[in-house]
Amino acid sequence: MAELKSLRDTYGETIVELGKSNPNIIVMDADLSFSTRTHHFKEAIPDRFFNLGVAEADMMGTAAGLASCGKTVFASTFAVFATGRAWDQVRLGIVYSKLNVKIVASHSGIEVGEDGYSHQAIEDIALMRVLPAMRVIVPCCANQTRAVIRFVAREQGPFYVRLIKHSLPMLYPENMEFKLGQATMLKEGKDITIGAIGSMVPRTLEAHEILKTKGINARVIDFASVKPIDETAIKQACDETRGFITCEDHTTAGGLGDAVSQVILAHHPIPHLRIGIQGTFGESGASQDLYEKHGLTANHIVEKAEKLLKY
Amino acid sequence: MDDLKQIARETRKDIIQMIELAGSGHPGGSLSCVEIIVALYYKIMRHNPKNPKWPERDRFILSKGHAVPTLYSVLSRKGYFPREWLWKLRKAGNPLQGHPHLLSTPGIEASTGSLGQGLSIANGMALAGKLDNKDYRVYAIIGDGEIGEGAIWEASMSSKRYKLDNLCAILDHNGLQIDGSIQEIKDPYPLKPKWEAFGWEVLEVNGHNFDELLTAFSEAKNIKNKPTMIIANTVKGKGVSFMENDILWHGKAPNHEQVEQALKEIENG
Repeated sequence: MAELKSLRDTYGETIVELGKSNPNIIVMDADLSFSTRTHHFKEAIPDRFFNLGVAEADMMGTAAGLASCGKTVFASTFAVFATGRAWDQVRLGIVYSKLNVKIVASHSGIEVGEDGYSHQAIEDIALMRVLPAMRVIVPCCANQTRAVIRFVAREQGPFYVRLIKHSLPMLYPENMEFKLGQATMLKEGKDITIGAIGSMVPRTLEAHEILKTKGINARVIDFASVKPIDETAIKQACDETRGFITCEDHTTAGGLGDAVSQVILAHHPIPHLRIGIQGTFGESGASQDLYEKHGLTANHIVEKAEKLLKY
Repeated sequence: MDDLKQIARETRKDIIQMIELAGSGHPGGSLSCVEIIVALYYKIMRHNPKNPKWPERDRFILSKGHAVPTLYSVLSRKGYFPREWLWKLRKAGNPLQGHPHLLSTPGIEASTGSLGQGLSIANGMALAGKLDNKDYRVYAIIGDGEIGEGAIWEASMSSKRYKLDNLCAILDHNGLQIDGSIQEIKDPYPLKPKWEAFGWEVLEVNGHNFDELLTAFSEAKNIKNKPTMIIANTVKGKGVSFMENDILWHGKAPNHEQVEQALKEIENG
């Protein structure tokens, strides 16, 4: 098992590194700076850190104002509040004006665990994906997170970057480069394709190994760039493999599953099964228990893959 | 002052004609903030229509975005864009959106229209000014019905917390919102003590009197370490007798006879 590392720790470290070399970078939080790790920036560069308090809508509006004056703004809080509570401010204030605001949200998915549904963003990708001009990125390891944060700091316009509470195994090398709109084929395979994001990427790799022992050759793709999505990678998978599975800690409606489905349907339909939260609410529980319940496990992916290949 | 009054008259005529041609829009709340916007763009703000993105410019945010015909009229008269644009307000494929859009129209500083967002945006601009040691000022008009939005009060605390003395907000206090009087709908009174309790310097003026407005804007420039709120007491539909103080004219276009009468009244007003 690869080394486990926290994505949000890496986020906190990376914005400090960026902030030191770029005086235009501003970091904002809404009273969760210790959880989102923006407190590192506060300690290193206090003049350019603003804690707007328990007021996510105010934070996003203020971010829009700062960005319209030329600042590159990172705005962080939990995913559920960043996208749900402040959606109107993000939609009208930030995205409609294509302002340079990077919403980097932590604690997404049922992965949050014990806090329950109120704190589990399982609709956040859907809420951000539907906004024109918004780009949505879901990193799956710390090194990828660093590359993504550096990338969005360079790139003009709004981004939504989705991070999680717990640590994930390191999958990419330290100096990897992130490419928007480009998926990464982590395992080649000719029988079936499994696309995943975030916490589901390592589980998908595990499923790949189990499937191999059963004589099934699964292609594994990391779709960190959920929007824009890599249409070429999906079309290739349609041409070269017999079925598609998507895996996400998010409702299957509006998330990665839907993003991939749209391309599959328009191109060359092959069977597609979507693993994720299936139209239910979240609930309190240990992450692992909730993942078992909702089928977000390597074994469940294997089961679905075998079933799909029998179609 | 006579000049300003004449400009206000012309602006009111533009508003009525724009909304007539558009076939929809918000005359009541547009007419109530005419003097405020005219005073700002003609006497108070540092701005350059030939260079709308001039970094040193004062910023103006119309948080009550539905009053944008007033702003469009003033911006066009100031030379930000051709007057012909006014007559295509709300028409598909044209630059004047029904509510302000930063990217569609020169001189528009923020996209608004969903109420309650403008004060936070103004705070962000004021903060940026402080960070960059620039001496520009930020002005924001908010509606008195709009302060029913909680986000206004979230923002009002940030303005105080960051001591944004480069921010001057104006409350267009015309007393009416879409469904009735602000008192009967949500009752935000008392206004002055409320804003004072939130840490703001509060001035109160007749929002149709240029002398009072200009004095208040000058006074606000000298207030240090806190933001200023100018409560501008206004009349919804001001200048058109049948529109004044009538909620029916919040969001309705006049017909041709009504336009004729309105223009006559404004001319003689």
